[in-house]
Amino acid sequence: MTKIGIPRTLSYYTFYPLWKTFLEEIGLEVILSPPTNKKTLDLGVQETVNDACVPIKLYHGHVMALKDKVDFLFIPRLVKADDKNTFCPKFLGLPDMVRFSREDLPPIIDPTFRMKSLRASLFGFLYNIGRQFSASKTSIIQGYLRARKAHKKYHYLLNRGLFPSEAMENLNSPLREIDFPGPGKEELTLAVIGYPYSIFDPYISGNLLKNLQKMGIGIITPENISSKDLKTFSRYLPQNFFWYYSNRAAWAALHLINKAKKIDGIIHVTAFGCGPDAMLNKLLELEAKHHDQLPFLSISIDEHSGEAGILTRLEAFIDMLEHKKKAEGSKTA
Amino acid sequence: MMRVTYAHMGTSTIVFKSMLEEIGHEVIVPRRPTPKTLSLGVQYAPEFACIPFKLVLGTYLETIPRGVDMIISAGGYGPCRAGFYGELHGRILREMGYNPDFVFFFPPLKKPVDFFRKIIQLKQGGSWRDLFRSCQRGLKKLKAVDDIEIRSHEIRARELKRGDTSRAFRKSLNYLEEARTTKEIEEARREGLGELDKVSINPDFEPLKVGIIGEIYVQLEPAANFYLEETLGNMGVVPKRTIFLTSFTRRDVVAHGDREAKERAEPYIPLVIGGHGQNSVGDVVHFAEDGYHGIVQLAPFTCIPEIVAKSIMPHLSKVKGIPVLTFFIDEQTGQAGVETRLEAFVDLMQEQRKNNSA
Repeated sequence: MTKIGIPRTLSYYTFYPLWKTFLEEIGLEVILSPPTNKKTLDLGVQETVNDACVPIKLYHGHVMALKDKVDFLFIPRLVKADDKNTFCPKFLGLPDMVRFSREDLPPIIDPTFRMKSLRASLFGFLYNIGRQFSASKTSIIQGYLRARKAHKKYHYLLNRGLFPSEAMENLNSPLREIDFPGPGKEELTLAVIGYPYSIFDPYISGNLLKNLQKMGIGIITPENISSKDLKTFSRYLPQNFFWYYSNRAAWAALHLINKAKKIDGIIHVTAFGCGPDAMLNKLLELEAKHHDQLPFLSISIDEHSGEAGILTRLEAFIDMLEHKKKAEGSKTA
Repeated sequence: MMRVTYAHMGTSTIVFKSMLEEIGHEVIVPRRPTPKTLSLGVQYAPEFACIPFKLVLGTYLETIPRGVDMIISAGGYGPCRAGFYGELHGRILREMGYNPDFVFFFPPLKKPVDFFRKIIQLKQGGSWRDLFRSCQRGLKKLKAVDDIEIRSHEIRARELKRGDTSRAFRKSLNYLEEARTTKEIEEARREGLGELDKVSINPDFEPLKVGIIGEIYVQLEPAANFYLEETLGNMGVVPKRTIFLTSFTRRDVVAHGDREAKERAEPYIPLVIGGHGQNSVGDVVHFAEDGYHGIVQLAPFTCIPEIVAKSIMPHLSKVKGIPVLTFFIDEQTGQAGVETRLEAFVDLMQEQRKNNSA
C-alpha cells in the first residue's frame, strides 16, 4: 500500500481528521510522525533556515522523522480557509521551504488549499488529490463525505471543551459516551491564547496545559470557542489581522474578555520571532489592560525553553491571581 | 491646514514634503533616523516587531513633540505585517497619550473606497485638479531623485577621491528639494546629474556589480541598512537596488506587482507570500542571468516573507552560481559587523571573478 506521511504539527491540529479520513478512504496508508521530542527539534533546527520560528523548525523535524518511512509527504499549501484571511506567509511558502531544504526527500504532495468556505471548494480540492493517486470516483465521493463528517465532528468536540488529542481519540465514539468537561468548578479559569500548534504540543510548550490542570486551573483555548462566537468579534476591531490563526486567537481572546467574563487572566503563548504575534501580543496586552487590568502573561517559547522555566513563571502568575482574588473577596465581604 | 508628518524613507522625504505643501498642509519634516530614534522606537514597540516598525515609531515619537496633527503612512493589505502597522502605531501612540489623526493608505486596487475617503480627508476641500497636478509633479520629482541616485551609485565605485560623489549627491538633492514647478524639476535634475558627472573618476576601473534584494524599507532607508550602498561604493562595487519608489509605485501600488520577477520565481515560490519575498527569489534569478557578481539580501529580523525567501537561497545560489549574502537587521546589528562581512564578501566575489576569467 502507498504510504503518505503527515507531520504532526502546524495544520495537523486543525485538519488532521479531515486529511486522514479522506486519504485512507482513497486507499492510502497514512503515517503520522511521532509526537515531538528532542530529536525532532534537533533535526528541525539543523535543517531549517535559522531565522525561522520554532514551529516551522519543528515541522522540518517532523518531516525528517517521516522521510524514510513514506512514499509521499502530504504538505498542503494553506492559503485561505475563509473569505477574508490568509495564513501566515510561512504557511504559504511551507512546501517550498521543505522542498529546498534537503535533496533526499520523498515527493511532496502540495495541493493549494485556497477556499472561501469548505462547503464551496473542499470537494474540488480533494478530488484533485484523489485523481493524483488515480482513485475511483466513488471512493473520492465517499472519502469526501466521510472526511467532512469527521472534520465537523472533530470541531464540534473541540467546541465542547475537549483538547485536540482528546477529540481525536473520541472521534469515533458516540457523543453520550464522551466525558465533556463541565462548567468551570475550578477556582480560577484562564484563557490560554495562542496557536494550536504551540499550545497543544506538550514538548514545545513545556507541558503548559498539563501543568495548569495539575494546579487545578480551568483552561479555555481559542479552539474551544465556536465559530459563531468568533464571528461576532470579527467585527470588533477597527482593523483585523490578515492571518487565519492570529485572527482566531484575537477574536477568541476578545470574546472571553468582553462577553464570557468568566476568566481570571490571559496567558499568551507565542513563539520567539513569530511575526504575526509581535502584533497580536501587543494588541492583547492593551485590550486586557483596558478591561479592568485583566492579568496578562506572555510566554515565549523557543528551542531552548525548558519546562522548569515556564513552570516557574506559571506558578508566580497563579500566586498573583490567587492573591488578587482573595483581596477582592475580602473587599466585597 | 494641518500640521502633517510621515515616516522617513530614504530620499523620498523631500518629495512628500513638497507634495503635501502644495495641497496646503504645513509639513513637519521627519529627521533622518539615528540610533537614538531606534532606541526610542524599541522602547515602546513590541519586541519582535521588525526594525521598520521600530524606526518608524521612533521617528513619530521624535516628530510629534514638534506639534503634529496628522500622520500619514501606507502599507500593503496582507499577508505582510506592514499593513497592520498603522493600527498598532496608532494604538501605541494613543496609549502614550498622543492623539494625532492617523491616515493609513492601503493599495487603491485592494481598498478603493477606503482609499478615496482618505484622499478626500487629506485634500481638505482643495480642488481635484490641484491634487492631480501635485501628484504629477511629485512623481516627476521622485523619478528625478531616483535617476540621480542610480547615477551616483555608478560613479561612486569609480571615483578617485573618496567622498566626492557623496558630496555631489547631497548637492544635487538640495537642488531638487528647492525645485517647485515642472520646469524647475527638470532643470534641477539636469544640474544634479551634471554635478555628479563633474566627479573625477577612473574610467578603466571595472567595478564588481552587486544586486540588492529584500524588504522595501531596509532597502530604501540608508539609516536602516547602515548606508550599505555608500559602503559598497567605497569598496569599488556598483550596487543595484531592486526597489526604487518610482518603480514601486508603478508596479506594486497601482498594478499587482512585478510580473517578470514573479515569473522567474515561479519554479521556487509559485505564489505571493507577502512583502517582497517572492520578488526576492525572482530577482536572484534575474541578477544571475544578467552577469552580476553577487547578491546582498536585506531584511528586518523576524520578517516572515524574507525568511521564506532565504530558505530557498542556498539552493538558488548553487543552481545559479551566484553568491548571496543575507543580512537580517535588528537593533543589535552593528555597523562594524556589517562592514566586516561586506569586505569578506567583496573579496570572495573578486576571487571568483579572477577564477572565472582565468
